[in-house]
Amino acid sequence: MFETLTERLNQIFTQLRRRGKLSAADVDAVLREVRLALLEADVHYSVVKDFLARLRERAVGAEVSRALNPAQQVVKIVHEELIATLGEPTSLALSGPKPRLILLVGLQGSGKTTTAGKLARLLRSRGERVALVAGDPYRPAAVEQLQQLGERIGVPVFAERDVAPPEAVARAFDAARKGGVSALIVDTAGRSQLDEELMDELRSIVARVSPVESLLVVDAMTGQEALHIAQGFRRAIPITGLILAKMDGDARGGAAISIRAVTGVPIKFLGTGEKLDALEVYDPRRLASRILGMGDVIGLIEKAEAAFAEDEEASRRQAERLLSGTFTLEDWLEQMRQIRKMGPIAHILDMLPGQLGQAARTVDPQEAEEQFKKAEAIISSMTVQERRNPDILNASRRRRIARGSGTQVQDVNRLVKQFREARRMFKKLRKSGGRDLSRLFR
Amino acid sequence: MADLLARWKTGLSKTGRATFGRLAGLFGASEITGETWDDLEAMLIQADLGVETTTEVLDSLKRTVRDEGLVRAADLRSALRNELRARLDDPPPLTWTEKPTIILLVGVNGSGKTTTAAKLAYRFVGEGKRVLFGAADTFRAAAMDQLQAWGERLGVPVVTGQKGGDPGAVAYNAVQAAVARGMDVVLVDTAGRLHTRYNLMEELKKVYRVVGKALPGAPHAVWLVLDATTGQNALRQARAFKEAVGVTGVILAKLDTSARGGMAFAIRRELGLPILFAGLGERMEDLQPFDPDAFVEGVLQEI
Repeated sequence: MFETLTERLNQIFTQLRRRGKLSAADVDAVLREVRLALLEADVHYSVVKDFLARLRERAVGAEVSRALNPAQQVVKIVHEELIATLGEPTSLALSGPKPRLILLVGLQGSGKTTTAGKLARLLRSRGERVALVAGDPYRPAAVEQLQQLGERIGVPVFAERDVAPPEAVARAFDAARKGGVSALIVDTAGRSQLDEELMDELRSIVARVSPVESLLVVDAMTGQEALHIAQGFRRAIPITGLILAKMDGDARGGAAISIRAVTGVPIKFLGTGEKLDALEVYDPRRLASRILGMGDVIGLIEKAEAAFAEDEEASRRQAERLLSGTFTLEDWLEQMRQIRKMGPIAHILDMLPGQLGQAARTVDPQEAEEQFKKAEAIISSMTVQERRNPDILNASRRRRIARGSGTQVQDVNRLVKQFREARRMFKKLRKSGGRDLSRLFR
Repeated sequence: MADLLARWKTGLSKTGRATFGRLAGLFGASEITGETWDDLEAMLIQADLGVETTTEVLDSLKRTVRDEGLVRAADLRSALRNELRARLDDPPPLTWTEKPTIILLVGVNGSGKTTTAAKLAYRFVGEGKRVLFGAADTFRAAAMDQLQAWGERLGVPVVTGQKGGDPGAVAYNAVQAAVARGMDVVLVDTAGRLHTRYNLMEELKKVYRVVGKALPGAPHAVWLVLDATTGQNALRQARAFKEAVGVTGVILAKLDTSARGGMAFAIRRELGLPILFAGLGERMEDLQPFDPDAFVEGVLQEI
């Protein structure tokens, strides 16, 4: 929908191609675009202001590098500054006497309960003895929600209905200690930072059980208020980390910048889906790219890896055949199936950066799905011999395949042609040692 | 009306919005300066109006200042209020010509659909209507239990389904049950879904179609529940849900938080969608018909 920052900057710079240093006027024009990009990403107004002031200092008089064009260079500086603001990923501080208590707090609907389930699953997979505590007696069925999540992942849930949360948490803490639990995750009720009564409740929970981590769960779609929300919670209790939930949407997630810049609270995890394994360690480089609207190439690669990892050995053999130019239509079919495992085409297209992303927006995802299905049908209608050696496909074989797959002979011809081109391309790629691959993403 | 405004005021005043220094005295200053405009821009952007809407509003305001020869900053406030107010509609009156009237509630995860369904039911029951819930969120753990609990408290029957079952089937059964039992309103609560999830949006389209099969012409309304703390992504959400299931109106939930819900302007302008209700607190009666005047006052509150 929006042009990426790089593209907009390119437009500015094509009007002033020359000289070796960025002038103040150049920088002004550029900063206007950067400002727009950040505000559109929901970074707080005042944070953007400070950020631009820092940027101006760095950018004015900067040598234009030979390797990068001016637009790329400015984007690089902005990107670096954002990464510095976001800070390095920090892991959970699970130390001290057991059980170590992790408190999850946040607004209503920010994603605390789902995050509690995800976190429990993650910690258990790291060998912790995990239990959950239901600390929301207010919302109907909030306790049941946590219990059902606990059941699904096989983690016990402490829940007492008619007890005030500070007391319930304290009791759960005692029981957990006796039961040899090493990590106790407390899900609390959603609350506004302006609700003094409920903020007092958080204070007394913290006073009674001293959590090793108090994590603020923030919806990635949050607008300008993210900053005040974080400040409000931090005034009440010592927040030790941030979890950005619902990052699998198309919000740019500027809230992370606002909160980091003003509170300095480190970002610990990103929630990236509805499934209970969708909790990721955050990577400042990726998040910075996303906030700038530069696409999510790294996310794309990881998705591909995850889809391919399921049959790693087969993938490896296939990759070898691919690069040696000896791969067959069987491999191709397998590959198409793996790409589809990455998710709906539209979702994959969304992650593409820059010009590729723009091109992707002209692709009708439904049409692409159709094409995939057609190709799958055609290859499935071939004999094994034909798949391994498409050169034997004469006219009568092609007619048979078209009939068998419910397509036209032209469709079969097109597929074979595409296959040959792909094979040629991969052979070429091998000669250049795969280095050209990265250029695809420029 | 006075009572209604009062409720808006308490809902909004709870927010105790942070004032930022100079702006508090902005309209008291004697003359309009470049700084005045900068401060107004800061205020509107911080209310989540977005850069585009903010720029439009301020350009138009500058024209007014020029045309009417305004020089005192004090005159700006009412000009700005008019400017913002003109960009919002009064909520259209709800029509109840169909019986039962089927209303589909849609939105992203955690926007407040289920709680809003309960508050709407409370309101409609208070107006003497016979309401039925369709608990079509078969995905989220305990979502159906949540609506069931509300149903018991409000005395509203609930049609549920199997956990993990087909939400379309639940919606279908709910509509059929409502027809058979002569109900006035069916509120179908759907699972939260991010608008970028292709499969989940397809599922929602199916629920929509299935409701139409159960009762030709239904659903009669599709309401998008939007979290007022949402920033620029709100417009994308609204656009995607409108394209998928023809959203007819928006409910702005959680307006009693510190957020001011400024994305309502862009949603009205780009998609022509009216804001129908606003969530102003936790209590059942805190869901109120959208009041554009009070809403604009909320945006301007700090000055």
